[in-house]
Order: sequence, then C-alpha cells, then structure tokens
Amino acid sequence: MNTSQLFALAPWVVLIPVIALLINLIVSGRLGEKFAGILASSAAALSFVVSILLAIALGSDPMGSTISLGTWINIGNLSIDWAFRVDTLSVMMMLVVSGVGTLIHIYSIAYMHADVRLNGDLKRYTRFFVFMNLFIASMMLLVSADNFLMMFVGWEGVGLCSYLLIGFWFEKGKDGTANAAAGKKAFITNRIGDFGFLVAIFLIYWNFGSLQFDKVFSMAPMVATAMPGAALAITLFMLLGVTGKSAQLPLHVWLPDAMAGPTPVSALIHAATMVTAGVYLVARSAPIFSQVPGGQTAVTWVGTITALFAATIALGQNDIKKVLAYSTISQIGYMVAAVGMGAYVAAMFHLITHAFFKGLLFLAAGSVIQAVERGEEAAHSEEIDPQDMRQMGGLRKRLPLTFWTYLIGGLSLAAIAPLAGFFSKDEIVAYASANHAAVFWILLIAAFFTALYVGRQISMVFLGSPRSKAAGHATESSPTITVPLVILAVLAAFGGVLNLPGLQWLETWLAHTFGTVAPSQFVWLVALGSLALGLVGLAIGWLIYGRTPVKVGKPDPLKKPLGFIFTGMQNKWFVDEIYNFLIITPFNALAQFFAGPIDLGSIDRVANGLASGTQAVAGGIRKFENGFVRSYAFWMLLGLAAIMTYFILR
Amino acid sequence: MSGIPLVYYLGLAVILFSLGAAGVLIRKNALVVFMSLELMFNSANLLFITFSNYYKALDGQILVIFVLATAAAEVAVGLALMVAIFRSKGSIDLDQMNKLKG
Repeated sequence: MNTSQLFALAPWVVLIPVIALLINLIVSGRLGEKFAGILASSAAALSFVVSILLAIALGSDPMGSTISLGTWINIGNLSIDWAFRVDTLSVMMMLVVSGVGTLIHIYSIAYMHADVRLNGDLKRYTRFFVFMNLFIASMMLLVSADNFLMMFVGWEGVGLCSYLLIGFWFEKGKDGTANAAAGKKAFITNRIGDFGFLVAIFLIYWNFGSLQFDKVFSMAPMVATAMPGAALAITLFMLLGVTGKSAQLPLHVWLPDAMAGPTPVSALIHAATMVTAGVYLVARSAPIFSQVPGGQTAVTWVGTITALFAATIALGQNDIKKVLAYSTISQIGYMVAAVGMGAYVAAMFHLITHAFFKGLLFLAAGSVIQAVERGEEAAHSEEIDPQDMRQMGGLRKRLPLTFWTYLIGGLSLAAIAPLAGFFSKDEIVAYASANHAAVFWILLIAAFFTALYVGRQISMVFLGSPRSKAAGHATESSPTITVPLVILAVLAAFGGVLNLPGLQWLETWLAHTFGTVAPSQFVWLVALGSLALGLVGLAIGWLIYGRTPVKVGKPDPLKKPLGFIFTGMQNKWFVDEIYNFLIITPFNALAQFFAGPIDLGSIDRVANGLASGTQAVAGGIRKFENGFVRSYAFWMLLGLAAIMTYFILR
Repeated sequence: MSGIPLVYYLGLAVILFSLGAAGVLIRKNALVVFMSLELMFNSANLLFITFSNYYKALDGQILVIFVLATAAAEVAVGLALMVAIFRSKGSIDLDQMNKLKG
C-alpha cells in the first residue's frame, strides 16, 4: 500500500473535532452528559488516530506533502489557499495536541461532572466540551497551516477558546467578576501579541510577496541580506506575538489569572498546547530567524529572563495552580530561549515532555482540588479555599495514586534523571553551555529555583499531616480521573527516550523539516551538575517546608531570611501593580476624558442640541395644526393667493 | 352680451368667489360652508362661460357641464359625510371636528 495517500487525511484533524462540536451544539445535552463527553473525547481520539496515520505516512516519505482544499483569498498578487502542511514538525505538534488533548478530554468527563455540580449549572457540561473541541480544531489549524494567514486563524481561534474557557464560570470568582476579568485580561493581553504577529504577517507579505511558508522561507536569505532592517522588524514583531501567546515577559501577566478556568483547561490550553504556540511559531519560522542574529538574541534573552523571573515567583505562591502557572511560564521561557539560540530540536523535545509532565501536574492538581472539596463536604468543615496549599498536607496517604503521579510529574519538572524532563531540559542547558555562557548560568539558577518550588509544593501538599479538616477527609478520585494521570505519568517518566542521547529519534525525525540541525550534545559535566542542583533544590525545599509546614496566617519560612526579596516573589514582583500604574490608570483616565468632556460634553451636546432644536421648531409649527378645518382652509387660501401673486407679478 | 362689458362679468365672478371663500372661512355650520363652496364653484363657472362667449369657443361651456356634474357628485359625498358626522357627534359644527390637531 502506498502510504503517501494517507497525507490526504490531513484536513480531518481539524474537521473531526468541528463535526463533533457541531453535533454537541445541535443535540445540546439532550442525550445526557455521557454522550457529550464521550463524543468530544472520541473526536479528539480520532484526531489522534489521524495524526498517527500521518506520522506513519511520513515514516516512508519524510518530506511530507501539502494538501490544498481550495483557494481562500485571491486578490491581485495575493493568493492564499486553505492548505494543510504535513511535515515532521507539524505532525509532531498534532500528535502532542491530540494525544495529550484526548487524555485531558477523558479526564474532563469526570472532572466536569463534579465541577458543574459544585458550581450549580448542569447545562454547562456540554458547553465545556464544545469549547474543548473548538480548541482542538483551532490548535490543529494553527499547527497544520501552510501559510501565515491560516496559521493566524488558528492562532486567534485558540485565543478565543482560551478566553471562553477562562471565563467558563464567568459569574463566579471574587465579587462575581474576577473570572470574567481574568478572561478579559487574557484576551486583551493576547491582543497586544496578536497585533505583533499580524504586523509581522503584513511585513512578510510586503517584503516577500507571499505568505506561503515554502516561498517565504526560500526567499529568507535573500531578503535578510537585501533588507536587514525589514527582516529584523519581522522577527521582533513575531517575538511580540510569542510573548503574548506564550506568556513571556513582558506580557506574561495573563497566564496566572487564567487559572480561573476549570483545571482541565489549565492543563490543556495553559500548559500543554496553546501557550507553546509561540515556540512553534519561532521553530516554524526558523529559516527567517536563523538569518537574523539580532532577532535570535532578543528571543533568547526574553526566554532566559522569563525562565528565571517566573521561577522565582512560583516559589512565593500558595495557590497550587498559581505555582504551576508560573512554572509553565518559566518552562516556556526555556523553550523560547532554546529556539532563540537555534536549538530547535531541543526546544521541541522540551515542548513534548513539558506537555506530558505539566499536563500531568495540572490534572493531578485538579484531582487534589476536587479531593479537598469532597473532604470539605464530608467533614462539614468551614469553607476553605480548596486550592490553598497551606490548607493541605498529608494527602500522600489519602490520595496515593494522585501522589505518585504528582511526584513523577514534579520530579520530571525538576529535571531529575532519568525522567523525561531531565533529558529535554539538559539538552537546552547543554546547548547554552556551549554557546551562550550567560544564558547557561541564568538557566541553571532557574533550574535550581524550579527544583526548590517543586520540593516546596510536594512537601506542602502531600507530606506531613493534614492542616485542615477538609484535607483530612479527602478521598481519592475516580478511575476516569486517575487513569489519564497514570498514562501521563508513564509518558512523563519515559518520554525521554524520544530523544535519548545516542538514539536521537526526535532529532532525525525533525531534521527532515529543519534541514541540518546542530547535533545535540550530551555533556556529562553539565548533566550531572544540573542533576545535583535539582536534587539540592528539592532537598532544600523539603527541609524548609517538609519539617515546618506553612499555615494560614503564619509567614512563610523563607520570608525571614530573604526579606523583601521574598515579598517581591509573593507579590509577583509587583508587575501587575506596575502595569496598573503605568498603563491601566492613565488609560482609564484617558478613557474617562473621552467619555466625559469629549463624548458627553461635545459630541452628545451637538446631537442633543440638534434634537432639542428640532423639537423647538416643531413646537412652533404645531400651532398651525390646531384642528380647525376653517383655519386650514384659510392658510390654503393664503398660500394659493401668494403663489398666484408670484406668478402674476414675476 | 354685446352691451355689457367683460369687466362686469369678471367683477361679479370675483365678488361671488370672495363671498364664497369668506363663507367657507368664517361660517361654522357645515351646511353653510357647503353652500359657500357652491358659490365659489359657480363663480368659476361664470368665468368659464364669460370667456367662452368672449373668445367664441365652446370649450368653456363643455367644462362647465363637467364642473356641474362633479359638483353634484361632491355634494352627494359631502352630505353623506355630514350625515355620518352628525350621527357620531350630534352636531355639524365644524369647530368640533378638531381631533387632528397636533
């Protein structure tokens, strides 16, 4: 059988979730929760199957293919197709999105069952799966696009789904507006990034005359030498898009707030897939970036600084999901730094393993949260924040399965050998050690902080004894939740074989897309050094937080020795406050000015003046309409006489 | 016709028309208003006939027949309206028909 015929299946990775979500929309929950959940999950699973078939086809024909569905836009010189690109990079992303996506869909069947009951709106169960399938479709569109504009459609689509799902319980949260505000914040912050990406697209069309990947990439060296300024602008605007979508400095502020969404959303969108879209964008545009050293340096430093910055904040958080959110920002910082340095394979490798272990960590955190909620109900305890790690403790015994999977995910995140995270992170660090000494040291410090906050989190959540009644009565989650955890734990543990030093399957696989890639090195000194650093970080985290657990109202043990530094970490280095002061307050004042003096004072006054003027004139004229027929007749006569006089005298 | 100058006819017509118009404007009773209207019609008719004779052309006389016919029809409709108004209002005072004022 000729496997290259399988390439024609590519559009189905997008179409299957779309069909499923349409069915769910039409049926709209009339067939029950089971139907909605299973339909959505099987759509994701079918997408995964299609992705596997595409991967098989690529196995025999690694150069891939482009499947065009027809012309989309055809104006003058601009011609854009609905075309799906099947190559090793895009199929790798499809496998990650649909694979992890399927597990998270299955997990959501049980998680949302409890969530809609807790929040008291059963009807939103179907809506959740519609949004999730829409997300899978948009993400698939993003990764399978063959031109920048189609990619942008997916890029916007995932942003929309992110907004919809962050604000899924839009009427909940502090003051009943916190969740809606979080969604709005994510959308607006993303908009700034999208603006950057859009400008980059315009510049690409302006300078290259096309948006199709192959054409643009083949012209990249020529354009970069002829117009270095334009090429630099393109990469920098793309970087702005990356910082928005992938929550890098300075646009990272939306991701921690995005934790207002249900936990499976945090796992799928805000950890495993959507936020890595920026990394994918840079990797996809590698032929452009590799021609612009200035752009590469900017990307590298944004990633590097973000990696350290977010890792320090993660250490000061008490919300179980917020820690993971900052950890995600930090880990994506690693990936962005890697793509900036040109280590595309290392970045993609870390993207995959991160999808495994961070998806796992979020799902396990969801399991912990619901366990605490159940405990709260069982113990009839006073209402507590089920996400506050200070209220937990001792869950190791109550939730053994969740604990072990969480431990695997956490150790993988802390890059402890031989788990997946160790190999992928080490590849990035090793590459940095050979090429960018400063980046190397910063990433190493960030790795230490990573291990520290992982140690802190695991100690606070699972070790010691329960610090609240709810934690003491927590019960293990159902198999629908734990089975995806176990599968992801296996992946997070053994995912490293994908690009094991010596085997380097991923490198060979991606080389078909990236062309010649710098071979990844495995430096024993770096590997052992970062491993030791990770173990020391974990140990310190355990020593501090495992022995003296933090309670609500008591200061953090690190508060005393670190002083104002820890205050900064706890308060996210006051970035939100700075933005409030520098941008939001002046912006609100400007809006107030436009709303008050400009709109109400000037524009409305003109409009109202016109209206009241008309009214006054009409009030005068209506005196003529007095209802007396004879008066009408008189005016008619007068008018007639006037007309006659005019005709006679002219 | 030969002895009386044209201007006498025209003067009579103007007087008749002015009387009619004044009647329409001043009187409140719908019936009197109707009669005044007829006066105005007939002043116009008088002019038609005068000029028809003066120019020795028959058109004016033909038009007069038309006007008479139209006026008859108009009176029929008008009187019917007046009966209807009287039934609903109990009066044909025109000043009470002021429901359409703005």
